[in-house]
Amino acid sequence: MAAGLIAGLLAGGFAFFVGEPVLDRAIALEAAASGVHGHAGAPGHQHEAPVFDRPAQKLGLFLVMGLFGVTVGGIFGVLFAYFRGRLASDSDWVRSLCLTSCMFTGAFLIPFVKYPANPPGVRGAAAIGERTVAYYSMVALSLLAVLTAWMAARMLRERGVKTPVRHLSVGLGLALASAALFVLLPAAPDPGGFPAGLLWDFRLASLGTQLVFWAGLGVVFGLLCGRANSGVSV
Amino acid sequence: MGNDPLAQRPLSSGLSLGSWLPLAVLVVMLFVLLSASGALLSPVLGQAAGAADYLHEIAHDGRHLLAVPCH
Repeated sequence: MAAGLIAGLLAGGFAFFVGEPVLDRAIALEAAASGVHGHAGAPGHQHEAPVFDRPAQKLGLFLVMGLFGVTVGGIFGVLFAYFRGRLASDSDWVRSLCLTSCMFTGAFLIPFVKYPANPPGVRGAAAIGERTVAYYSMVALSLLAVLTAWMAARMLRERGVKTPVRHLSVGLGLALASAALFVLLPAAPDPGGFPAGLLWDFRLASLGTQLVFWAGLGVVFGLLCGRANSGVSV
Repeated sequence: MGNDPLAQRPLSSGLSLGSWLPLAVLVVMLFVLLSASGALLSPVLGQAAGAADYLHEIAHDGRHLLAVPCH
């Protein structure tokens, strides 16, 4: 048991220090390519006082993506060490992919559908403070919904409920919880007269960035776990 | 791996303090990275919040692409 836990922690640390920089470069390239596309044509995009010009901001994008990757990677490592012994799948590869999918859904996908990403030209009606609070409430509650769904699935499995019934009831529960969040939280800011095509492109780019990030994290972490496990006899 | 004894660990044994601490630090880091800006923090930090604007500007592209609310 201890060996398994240590292997999980080692793999977490290894992914954090070795895997992330590699991962981040790939993501940053992807993000830069799509991000420039989304920003370049944005009409009416002007800063009140541009502290950094565009090239510096693009460099900043790499920096932020890198820091974001390291931070989320660290959080993921700790969570993985916790969930490793509690997920039903039989390999770290599958567990890693499962956990990243769950976190992608809870931390990004559900909030994204409610509060989609807006390019810099769009100004919401509500103040930034309110929007930030609403967004993070959505993230926290979505993560909670996903976690609850997983715990419910686990409980039903222990009670020997048939697999189709279990999947359907948990899926339905998650859908209902998401619907409740959609109705209860404040409405998303109106993008105003922003060109719909460009807005769509930007949101697609945002979705792609997050998808690449989480998929990359799951794959790299899973592979590193495989490597760490082959070195440490469990 | 199939008969990993860890697979039966109960939910009740939670994270240790050693895990909670870095987790909390990392979450705060994430918030600073993604959302800190002078306008948002000035009620809390006063004048010192202006420094966050530099971080805000440099992080701007990333924030938008990661779908975090931003001005």
